[in-house]
Parts: sequence; C-alpha cells; structure tokens
Amino acid sequence: MVRKTIKVNYLARVEGEGAFKVVVRDGVVERAELSIFEPPRFFEAFLRGRAYSEAPDITARICGICPVAYQMSSIHAIEQALGVQVAGPLRDLRRLLYCGEWIESHTLHVYMLHAPDFLGYDGAIDMARDHADAVRRGLALKKAGNEILTLLGGREIHPINVRVGGFYRVPTRRELQPLAEKMKWARDAALETVRWVAGFDFPDYERDYELVALSHPDEYPFNEGRIISNRGLDITADAYHLHFEESHVERSTALHSRLRERGAYLVGPLARFSLNFSRLSPTAQQAAREAGLGPACANPYRSIIVRAVEVLYACDEALRIIDAYQPPDQPAVQIEPRAGVGCAATEAPRGLLYHRYRLEDDGSIAEARIVPPTSQNQASIEADLASFVGQWLDLPDDQLRHRCEQTVRNYDPCISCSTHFLRLELDRG
Amino acid sequence: MAARRRKPRLGVWKFASCDGCQLTLLDCEDEFLAVAEALDIAYFPEATRAAVKGRYDLSLVEGSITTTHDAQRIQDIRRRSRALITIGACATSGGIQALRNFADVREYASIVYARPDYIHSLATSTPIADHVPVDFELRGCPINKRQLVEVISAFLAGRRPVTPAHSVCIECKLKGNVCVTVAHGTPCLGPVTHAGCGAICPSYDRGCYGCYGPMESPNAPALSAKLGELGMDQRDLTRIYRTFNAGSPAFRKESERNGP
Repeated sequence: MVRKTIKVNYLARVEGEGAFKVVVRDGVVERAELSIFEPPRFFEAFLRGRAYSEAPDITARICGICPVAYQMSSIHAIEQALGVQVAGPLRDLRRLLYCGEWIESHTLHVYMLHAPDFLGYDGAIDMARDHADAVRRGLALKKAGNEILTLLGGREIHPINVRVGGFYRVPTRRELQPLAEKMKWARDAALETVRWVAGFDFPDYERDYELVALSHPDEYPFNEGRIISNRGLDITADAYHLHFEESHVERSTALHSRLRERGAYLVGPLARFSLNFSRLSPTAQQAAREAGLGPACANPYRSIIVRAVEVLYACDEALRIIDAYQPPDQPAVQIEPRAGVGCAATEAPRGLLYHRYRLEDDGSIAEARIVPPTSQNQASIEADLASFVGQWLDLPDDQLRHRCEQTVRNYDPCISCSTHFLRLELDRG
Repeated sequence: MAARRRKPRLGVWKFASCDGCQLTLLDCEDEFLAVAEALDIAYFPEATRAAVKGRYDLSLVEGSITTTHDAQRIQDIRRRSRALITIGACATSGGIQALRNFADVREYASIVYARPDYIHSLATSTPIADHVPVDFELRGCPINKRQLVEVISAFLAGRRPVTPAHSVCIECKLKGNVCVTVAHGTPCLGPVTHAGCGAICPSYDRGCYGCYGPMESPNAPALSAKLGELGMDQRDLTRIYRTFNAGSPAFRKESERNGP
C-alpha cells in the first residue's frame, strides 16, 4: 500500500491560522481535512448580558478584515428584534459603507493574496518586482475602498460610526463629493483589474455546487434579501435554523455548517454572482462577459475574476449612491428597548453572514448566535481538495502542495471569523 | 564592491486576535512598498508564503495568550527576536477575549461549543508582556497606521517611537472638537483613554469608548462620578470599562469597583 500525506502546517495568505491535510492511499484520495487552530475567543458567550447597542462594536472584533459585515448583520438582526425599520438615505449609507468593505477586502485578496498563486510568486512583495504597476494599482484601489470606510465609518478597521438605528453622524453632500471623484478613478482601475485577472491561466475544473446567497428583487445583495439557492431554497433569515445545521464530521472535531439532508454548500462571490447576475450594473455585466464569464460560474479558480467584477460593481454602486444622496433629517431612528428575537443575514465579502439575537426587556442580549461564511464553506473547501488532488498526484510534492494551497485560497477563507465557534484538531498524521 | 548592509529582518506574529492590527500594515497602502524595501519581510504569513527561519531583528506581535501552546510559542519568538513590539489591545491588554477573566471559561466553552471537552483554552486571556519582556507596546483596537509607521521608522532609526500617552481629550483640543460631554451631555471615556486614534469618536458626535485603553495616569473614579450624573448606572459603568481593554489594570479596577 502506497500512502502519501500532503500537509501544510501553516497556511499563508489567508486571514487567521489554518492548516490542511490530504491523505492519499494507492493513488486514491482517502480524505482531505482543513484544520483551524486559531484559539477560540467565545464571542457568543460574552455577548450575553451586554447591551444591544454594544453588539455592532463587539462583533466587529471577530474580524479585522470584514468588520462592517459583522456590524451590518448585528444591526439588522437587532433592529428586527426591536421592530425598527431603517429606510431611505440611512439605508443607502449602509450600502455605501458595505461597498467600501467589498472594494477593500476583495482587492486585498485579488492582488495580495490570490494573484501571486496564478503568477508564481510567494506574495505581493515578490510579485511587485516584476509587476510593479499592477501591485501599485491594487494598493491604490484598496485605498479607495478604505477611503469610503474612513469617511463614513471614521476608520478603516473597526469603524466607529455604525449604530443600531443608523449612524452617529451622517455626511453632508459636499463631504461625499471627493469620494465620487475617487470612485470614478476606482471604477477604471477595477475594470483594468477584471481584464488583468481574466488573462491568468485557470485549471479547467468545475464542480456542481449548491450555491447559497441573498437575493433581492431590485439590487445586487449586500444588506437585505431572501436566502436562496440554485436548488430551490428560498427562505427568510428567520427560517435559517430550520434549513441549516452545524454537525460534527467523522474523524474531526470540526463543526461544519450543512444544509439539512443535502450537505455541503457554497457561499461567497461565486454564489452571489451566479444567483444575481442580472442585478449587476450594466458595466459589470459587460466586463464579466468580456472576461469570459457566463451568467453563472462553477469554477472556483475563476472566483478571482468574480471578485474583480464585484469590485467594479461596488464602485458603480458607490457612485450611484453618492450621486443620489440627500442627507436624512436625523442620523439614526429612535430606538425603544424591548424583548424580542431577531435574525439577519448580510453578504460579507466572503459570503453569507448570519446573526441571531434574543433580547431581554431592557435590551440586554440573552442569547447570540453567529455563523460566519468560512465555517459554511469549510465542507466545500474539503470537497474541492478531495476531488482535485487526484488529478495532480504526478506533480512533485512542492507543486502539489502549492496547488492545494491555491485551492483553499480560492475561498478567501477568514479563519479568524470562523473560529469563534469552530474547533478543529490539528492532526499531524 | 562593498558588501551591502543586510536589511533588518521583520517577523509578524499572530496570537488570539481578529487579524486587524497586522492588516494595518497592509493598509499602509502608500508606505507598504517602502517598508518592504527597508525591511526584509522574513515571516508574515498573512502576506506571503515565503518564511525565513532563524532570528528576527524586529518582531511585531499581535494577539493575546489564551492557550498553553501559545504561552510556549511566545517564549520561542522572544528568544529569536532582537526587538519585540506588541501591537494592539489584544497583545497589550488581553483584548475583548479577556472578558473570560471575569467569568468561568468552562461555562463559556459550554455556551459556544457542542463538545466543550474538546476545548483546551486557558482560564484567562493575557497580554504578551505578562509572559516575556516587551520592548515597546503600541496601543489601540485597532492600532493607528500612522503610529505603526512611526514605530517601524523609529526602530530603523534606533530611537524610541513618539506615541504620546496623554488622554484623548488632548487630541480633541488639538483638533478643535467641541467637547461632546460638556456641550451635549454625551458620556465619553476620552478623559481616561490613551491618545493615538485622533479622537475619532468625538469627531463623529459620539463619546469615546476606550478602545486605546487607559492613558498614563487615569482618574477613572472621578470620570465614573461624572458619567453617573449623566445617567449611567453601575451596570453601564461596568460594561463601558469592560470592553477591548478590560484586562488593563486601570479599567479592570474601575469595572470591579462598579460591579461584579
């Protein structure tokens, strides 16, 4: 019996600490395991007893790369529990803030974390030696996203201006104008990005995923919508717990999120794009077509193109919002604490992020539940590894290992996020 | 040809954290390539898969110590680092995860995990300086990128970084902000909080929530009395001191003075 184990003990260019192991026996993949050894931080435990108003700032600290996603899912869930509706310019400003995070987070991944795999570098620093213009463009585009976060949120990481009911302070039209100029530049840079990544070499590989994303009748989804899939799922966030479950996986202490009775599914750019193509801006649709994408994409390696298309969309959407903006009378709607339960899902850059809160009469949090995108994608990541590796067994070990790493990085996994409720033992074989 | 002077080797290390403080280095979009030019980025897994083993001239450490494995790992990193600088509230005070220090970690594990017996976590979350000598601590949740660039520049120049330890109040005065507490009665931790952020919250009509931790000589009991006059009860006071720097001595003491 020939047994071969491919291990990477510290996965680079992902957010957080992870590893993976693939075991091959007699040329057949026996198992593939993604391991997360990020220490748990117990967010759902210490949220108990905190004021509802503290949840956006506290949950932001789950992830330094996508804090806005945590702020947005928490405020929508809590507003639902409190029976509060936020509409008009406040709703638009939330979308604008999300545009900033998508641009910043996706551009970081496209240029600094993922592109080096396609072009054969260890990281963006080496890549800059031969592709200086591209790396500079990436840094400037990332900065443009961060400028939205800074202006509207106060700072790039853990913005301070988001609250249940709205914001602490809203910008004037005039304050937003410099952003519009920046976004016009960013839109061109995003289009160049789509063209740049479309020229990479992609393994010809597709899998038949169940794709899960939000869907909204009028817009590409950020904050609101029904949770749908390409296999007929169509629910509100209230029904999430009836359709999804966390389960233990054999030989592992990991909790994987699965669709009840159907198993692994995929959230994130591929799912959003494939389920919402018609709601992208015309420019983004055209750029996607020119980049060789159809109205759906099932090749996880091409997720880098989809991310670039979503950056282009976010620039377009930011421009649309800034152009139409009329400041609201109040920076936030009035809140009266009461007991209740609220659920919400929003689209973090990496995919669906679900929050649920139960509140006491005085607005204190009695229970909190958070399901981040990376824990939802774990089963698909492992399935990708298990089904791809078989084709690469003839490669030398270092190349094979690199291919596996790239396969995991297709998901832009955010391990810091997933770990506050996940525990995977690192099995060193 | 004269031998080129070796560039100082940088290592960036992560313990329990959100990754935001090390991301701040990648968020220095205008300076990042210059930093990569001045330093040999020898270990920074968030940014590169290349890893140089051996010794480091400068180690930037993010995150707090919450496992026995990490308590050993920081000892090894210290031995291999000429200068070790901690970045952010987790590394300098234990972070938000130090809320377990006021509770029973086994109960926490049973709330979050189906099988708490799989969880091997220490009862406390502690700052790096509780475990090894630290050459400099940069505060903030998250750290400020201008201050990070200052810390790296100071290291390269062989001097102490300039990061004032006075309160956020001074930053409001420097910015010309109207005091949110005096003018609007908004509760604000600015008087006891370490400067560095640029007084962001008061600039957005919000009270400071203390994410940079205590300033050098805070008078928290005096501030608590004022916050009480503004309508905060003891539970509110305990909560406000018990966030991202709950483990720092001054905030811990004041939170315990007000509640369990």
